[in-house]
Amino acid sequence: MTWVSDHWNEIFTLARSHVWLSGLPLILGLVIALPLGWAARRWSRIYPVLISTSGLLYTIPSLALFIIMPIILGTQVLDPVNVVVAMTIYTVALLVRTVADGLGSVPDHVLQAARAMGYGGLRRFVGVELPLAVPVIAAGLRVAAVSNVSIVSVASLVGISQLGNLMTDGYARLIYSEIIAGLVACVVLALVFDGLILLAQRLLTPWLPAQGGRA
Amino acid sequence: MKRMTSVLALTTAAILGLSACGGGSDPLASPSSSSTGGASAGGGDVVIGSADFPESELLAEIYAGALKAKGINATTKPRIGARELYLKALEDGSIQAVPEYTGALGFFYDKNFKETDPEKVYTAVEGLLPDKFAMLDKSSAEDNDSIVVTKETADSKKLTSIGDLKSVAGDMTLGAPPEFQKRPQGIPGLKATYGVTFKSFRPLTGQALVQALKNGQVDAANIFTTDPSIAENGFVSLEDTEKLFGSQNIVPLVVKDKADQFAAALNPVSKALTTEVISGLLKQTVIDKKDAKDVAAEFLKSQNLG
Amino acid sequence: MIASVLDWLTSSATWAGDTGLGARIVQHLWYSLLAVAIAAVIAVPLGLWIGHTGRAKSLVSVANSLRAVPTLGLLFAVALYLGPKIEGNLAFLVPSIVVLVILVIPPILSGVYAGVEAVDPASRDAARGMGMRGMEIVRQVEIPNALPLMLSGLRSAFLQVIATATVAAYVGLGGLGRYLQDGIATNDYVSAAGGAIVVSVLALIVDGVLAVVQRLVVSPGLTGRSGGTRSSRRGMSGTGEAVAPESESLLAGQPDRPSQPAARSAAH
Repeated sequence: MTWVSDHWNEIFTLARSHVWLSGLPLILGLVIALPLGWAARRWSRIYPVLISTSGLLYTIPSLALFIIMPIILGTQVLDPVNVVVAMTIYTVALLVRTVADGLGSVPDHVLQAARAMGYGGLRRFVGVELPLAVPVIAAGLRVAAVSNVSIVSVASLVGISQLGNLMTDGYARLIYSEIIAGLVACVVLALVFDGLILLAQRLLTPWLPAQGGRA
Repeated sequence: MKRMTSVLALTTAAILGLSACGGGSDPLASPSSSSTGGASAGGGDVVIGSADFPESELLAEIYAGALKAKGINATTKPRIGARELYLKALEDGSIQAVPEYTGALGFFYDKNFKETDPEKVYTAVEGLLPDKFAMLDKSSAEDNDSIVVTKETADSKKLTSIGDLKSVAGDMTLGAPPEFQKRPQGIPGLKATYGVTFKSFRPLTGQALVQALKNGQVDAANIFTTDPSIAENGFVSLEDTEKLFGSQNIVPLVVKDKADQFAAALNPVSKALTTEVISGLLKQTVIDKKDAKDVAAEFLKSQNLG
Repeated sequence: MIASVLDWLTSSATWAGDTGLGARIVQHLWYSLLAVAIAAVIAVPLGLWIGHTGRAKSLVSVANSLRAVPTLGLLFAVALYLGPKIEGNLAFLVPSIVVLVILVIPPILSGVYAGVEAVDPASRDAARGMGMRGMEIVRQVEIPNALPLMLSGLRSAFLQVIATATVAAYVGLGGLGRYLQDGIATNDYVSAAGGAIVVSVLALIVDGVLAVVQRLVVSPGLTGRSGGTRSSRRGMSGTGEAVAPESESLLAGQPDRPSQPAARSAAH
């Protein structure tokens, strides 16, 4: 494991890129998925369309999506934007359904009460439905976070540096500790993201009891 | 709502903060890698790319180090991928230089490339390159493709040159990087030039290919002549009597508008590199697992180029 | 671009031979099936046991944490480690299968476990009251009741494994990943895109087939299709691994939204 102690700087630099490449799409994806999920809930006819489209998007192998991006976007082949856009697509694909189902989980009587209090349209969405859907949306976001961290490592195969580089280089030069370092760093990163989302969820839903010791 | 926005902002800030600490520039804006800071104004920063194998990575570090010594702020973009990908990166301006091999460039731009003599190859390739690209001086150091077998295979099948494979290859599996399957000097070339056709093909790269040869999962392998694992494992490199693989002198391929600027730094490097030198340096990164950057720096220092 | 991809997909040269698209699809399905079968042999009994006894629930969490491990890196590590220890061509197959098995254990295990755990305690009590014991309850009450979630977990597993089996190409194996890797290596974007499309289509077809199977084998009493009492308590159609939005952390009952190819690890 001396490899690790000799390469903290490199690991850190790569981890930083990894955070960007997997974290930014998480935020962008959520911002895009919220109105889409809302629309899917609002007009039941587009629900199945959105759900099956997002399911389809998710079956595209990431490597293929990474290579096609520069052709579609007209970007440079080594532009990290390619990876960010591809990951945002996956994130949206995962979150649209979650958002729609989350909004659907808001009990009917709550909505009626809100309406009776004069909440309508956007105000009801932002003030009542969205906050109540937070637990479900956060759960979906956590899945997306773990998935993103893991998928981003594939970008090493198309020349975009992040923690996956430790794996490809370790494989090319037969350095186990380098591969393991990459794996462990990814898992740690996924846990950090998970913790952050959980924290945000707690702050956003102060009315829910802090859940400890749940089975 | 207020709460929602503030938490979202907080999360964003946390993620940005996490990624920003440690200083340095926005990794989305610049190809991050080995830049050690020291922003030099004027002249602009340049990026040296490399293919996804250790020798290319090492050469890129050497080039970058030599450029830095001349006051050009060079960073590296290692392990981009195969030739097809990194040449595209050179074309679209993602990188400004990349270590290349003369003959390989010839085959890349002309499927019927015939030259084998080092000088003639170089001149012919100059004529083939796209307008935007230029080659600096080539080095005498050569790293050619080769077909390699284990000592046991060479002895039992009496193999010394690629042509000897003709009668036995029908029972053998060839391991090579995936692109070898279609490249003109790859499997099609082996057949056309030597009449050699292997029973099957196993696409493998790097040390996985070396391991597979060692363990008998492939019987022959396409490995670079400078690869230290050939000597390390006592492999036998079969002679390319018909010069199928041509001449593969190491040469910096650069974007034309930087050629003059780079020449002063890189031509002396090419002069200092020989096949023995590069093999020795490569042994340090592949077998001794040293960092390409350190090995490069040491080499440049010893040559008074760093 | 699109036209040339279509040409490629419909050309007979693409489909022919040992390394043709037909053979690659068969290889791809073979790796996927093998991995899911092995994973099921491990995860189904384990999930039943955990769900039935309520013991060792932490195992489900441990399995779920595996999802954060990037598949590609894991494959590299396993291939370099196992490669020299195995003779012949198995040296290429085994590492890939091991990694794919690790990939699909979590969705199968959590599907089975969540299914059994969600069985109405009243049903269990009723079975006990009728004189059933241990294994009988598992076989006649818990499994049929847990079937919807079990099968959803399985569907999820198949979707993931089909999309991810492309990684096998990096360690010298066949399958549809070959088109992706070779396509990049030779700048042949047409066949890379074609290969990717085939992966997606294959995943959808397999998912569709499993959806039909799911409808056929699940007791009508559970789906509400027979007008029975308990109408889709757990939202049948494709709802897979238990939705547990309140779960404590990543490492606890993964809140996957199934049928939507849940948290897929890298390199899919």
